[in-house]
Amino acid sequence: MNGEPLLESASQGSRLGGDVGGRLALTAGGTWTAERAGELERLIEGVIARHAHVAAVDIDMARVERLDTFGAWLLERLLRGLGTGTETRIIGLAERYHALVRQAREVNRTASAQSHATAFTAAFAVVGRTVGQIGNDIVAVVAMIGALAAATGRAVAHPRTFRFTSMVHQIDRVAWRAVPIVLLITFLIGGILAQQGLFHFRQFGADIYVVDMVGILVLREVGVLMVAIMVAGRSGSSYTAELGSMKMREEIDALRTMGFDPVDVLVLPRVLALIIAVPGLTFIGSMAALYGGGLMCWLYGGMSPEVYLSRMREAIDLQDFAVGLIKAPFMGLIIGVVAGVQGLAVRGSAESLGRKTTDSVVKSIFLVILLDGILAMFFASIGA
Amino acid sequence: MADGGNDVVIRVRDLAVDFGGVPVLDRLSLDVVRGEILGFVGASGAGKSVLMRSIIGLVPSRDGRIEVFGVDLGAASASARRSVERRWGVLFQQGALFSSLTVLQNVQFPIREYLRLSGRLLDEVALAKLEMVGLPADVCHKYPSELSGGMTKRVALARALALDPDIVFLDEPTSGLDPIGAGEFDDLIRTLQRTLGLTVFMVTHDLDSLHTVCDRIAVLAEGRVIATGPIPAMLASEHPWVKSYFHGKRSRVDGARAA
Repeated sequence: MNGEPLLESASQGSRLGGDVGGRLALTAGGTWTAERAGELERLIEGVIARHAHVAAVDIDMARVERLDTFGAWLLERLLRGLGTGTETRIIGLAERYHALVRQAREVNRTASAQSHATAFTAAFAVVGRTVGQIGNDIVAVVAMIGALAAATGRAVAHPRTFRFTSMVHQIDRVAWRAVPIVLLITFLIGGILAQQGLFHFRQFGADIYVVDMVGILVLREVGVLMVAIMVAGRSGSSYTAELGSMKMREEIDALRTMGFDPVDVLVLPRVLALIIAVPGLTFIGSMAALYGGGLMCWLYGGMSPEVYLSRMREAIDLQDFAVGLIKAPFMGLIIGVVAGVQGLAVRGSAESLGRKTTDSVVKSIFLVILLDGILAMFFASIGA
Repeated sequence: MADGGNDVVIRVRDLAVDFGGVPVLDRLSLDVVRGEILGFVGASGAGKSVLMRSIIGLVPSRDGRIEVFGVDLGAASASARRSVERRWGVLFQQGALFSSLTVLQNVQFPIREYLRLSGRLLDEVALAKLEMVGLPADVCHKYPSELSGGMTKRVALARALALDPDIVFLDEPTSGLDPIGAGEFDDLIRTLQRTLGLTVFMVTHDLDSLHTVCDRIAVLAEGRVIATGPIPAMLASEHPWVKSYFHGKRSRVDGARAA
């Protein structure tokens, strides 16, 4: 510890030497510090390997210039490595290092219990945990739906406890502020659908049927699906991150201790906001997609707006429109439930917050598409 | 400590720090001598943590000079700075443990970054450090969120000591600990300071720590250091703030007299 830069003071490394008449005499020198710990470890392992069963050892530490915890521990490891029966003596150790070496004598006496799973069992463990996790997820989603139903019941019974302001604020965030991006993306999707349709249908001279395709596809499937996916990415993730960081900072626990149910206060207004937002966004998204499709038919397909509109009137009816919109609140519910479950499942670490936010988006998009498929089959079988 | 000499390891001269035009530190000067435990006190919001954070480079200064080991940190090259940073350890008030790493990985993190060591030595050294700060071996695979406040501080201290630094900065090391835990932590700091020959810069509000472990105390008020010296000098000081701090209702001097 002489104030010089460490790299320059560490000059000659460490030396360990000879065997004198049955009694092993080791001379240590150089700097025994963190920077040299790698070299020192190799030297020490070499000595241990060569002199595994000597009766007595003298270690002359007089020429050691500097010693820190790393050096002290390696000295201790050398002593332990030479075996318990060996008589050891440390000579010439500078006074200022005595406490450190004494300290090193005491550490690492108890082996830490580490489980060494093999790669083989680890692979099975991952599969097992994943399967268990899927089960837990299903239970958590069902439990959240139940908690929301109970919270809704309480809100109906005691309307004054319902956080109306909070819900309006959330509607502003997830619906109103999402309008521009939803308009833009659905407009482009409608245009792309029409362009692809025109390009391929033209080969059969069936240009006019592009209008049927765009109309039915947008109103029944694409509009609601695109909006739900966008809302899951945009609002579901932010709900999970919000709830998760509240969980991390014990805000949720604070709510509980004051006698509030976090589902009542935090989750229900958000889920209701989504249930209201998704149908609204689906409606304007579908309109934007139809407009985009029409514009593409006009500019790219040479179909006049009058033709597009009159054909659209024949191709679709109110039922197509209803099928799309009926699905929308369920999409909002799923996104909200998944976001709530994942947000409340966040544990203490920053990493867990990130993972749960990702999970929230991935799982809600998956469930949205699954639900869309199930409902499509349902509507097909009832002939709607 | 060992080298005995009265050399200054941290030298702060005329340091000025502003937050949004409001001066927090106003031409502050302070020396920290090798091998001492310096207790740094001041009213809440007086800028104690700001000084610590500007020495370690987290808060930019408007004016002044900060030298650590004789290196002017304001003018030093990036590599010179790094070699100085390598020689200090910082214990943050809340521990600032990496929440996604286990206790053992937290302690190993700086060692892994700076040194190339075998996995076995890395484990052994990290476990030795944890044992030196008084933690049982079974905490090493826990995550920071599973630790109590006292354990978190100890792990954070072990991480601050991971590379055997020459200086440790402690930001309110005993805040949030019960008196027994705080007393143990003070003893631990004292023991480690002696064993490892550390220089300790400790921001604290704990009068007991000031009495039991600090060699010297510096008092911050009005943006500068208004008094330095060992505890008897503080008790004898006539400065009104120093007087009310060390002779207030909670001070051990008057408390002992009352009892």
